[in-house]
Amino acid sequence: MIQSLTAILFCQLLGEIGVNALGIPIPGPVLGMVIMFAYLMMRGGVSKPLGEVSDTLLRHLSLLFVPAGVGIVLHFDLLREDWLPIGLGLVISTLLTIVVSAAIMRRLTRKGETT
Amino acid sequence: MTDIWTYLQDSPLALLTMTLAAYQFGAFLYQRAGMHPLLNPVLIAIVIVVAVLLTGDIPYATYFEGAQIIHFLLGPATVALAIPLYRQFDRVRKSAIAIVVSLLTGCFTAIFSALAIGAVFGASNETLISLAAKSITSPVAMGVAEQLGGLPSLTAVLVISTGIIGAMFGPIVLNALGLRDWAAHGFGLGTGGGGIGTARAIQVNETAGAFAGLAMGLNALATAIFLPIIWHLIFG
Repeated sequence: MIQSLTAILFCQLLGEIGVNALGIPIPGPVLGMVIMFAYLMMRGGVSKPLGEVSDTLLRHLSLLFVPAGVGIVLHFDLLREDWLPIGLGLVISTLLTIVVSAAIMRRLTRKGETT
Repeated sequence: MTDIWTYLQDSPLALLTMTLAAYQFGAFLYQRAGMHPLLNPVLIAIVIVVAVLLTGDIPYATYFEGAQIIHFLLGPATVALAIPLYRQFDRVRKSAIAIVVSLLTGCFTAIFSALAIGAVFGASNETLISLAAKSITSPVAMGVAEQLGGLPSLTAVLVISTGIIGAMFGPIVLNALGLRDWAAHGFGLGTGGGGIGTARAIQVNETAGAFAGLAMGLNALATAIFLPIIWHLIFG
């Protein structure tokens, strides 16, 4: 388990170093994901402990957004001022984006498993 | 009694424990309701924690001191998205063209619809920037917003709101429209709902989760490239 966690953190670290060195506009962990993916392709499989650690992290992915989300307490004034464009913009634009990309994906791929 | 309260108010341990407990409560309700999208555990946890901070007059900085351990795990979790992606790579490879077309259309839909709605209803420039960056994962969104002169912390809040809205109503709308394919479902949630949309997709189906994680990563990249260009073309 510690080995897998080390591997994940190491990929993240390489990612952080990489984006800094290359000056690309993506966060270190996203490049770290690409590095981890390349490593898995080379290795030809996911080890059991690595699978377990990643499944555990991802099962509770939504928990990890709580601390940043609570940051809303800092912006009550701005949100009150711009509540209409923010509210409508968030709801309409988000749902439109989800529907458009899902519909195109559905149209351009063969039928897979259904929900 | 007051001594205990004073201790708890600035104890990082107490605030961290409270965050986990609030999330547990949200997750319990969510599971009880058969993972109904409307009972989003992130939203429930945020509402509880915000209520406690406001009632107890606890500053966000004090709270974050305790909660940053959870926040830190976002990085490793992003790296871990490579694993479901690897497991599903055969399916992903077969859909390469669909992925590129769907991603770019989704990326432009998110940016232009947010800018249009924001501008029509009189949003300030700071709000407009945050709205346009709302569909991508928060670290990238904050970076892009800062680069364009917006407010990174407001952007993080809008990104998380977007994710919650996407995770709550996205599945309902997609099912109502008859878009019941897991790959399409996940790709839509990842493109439009970022990390929280992806979290929802992972909870319901592995194929959906892999496509969502991929869409989230690619949309972060596409938006980081195109949003600054579009912003400068429109607003100079």
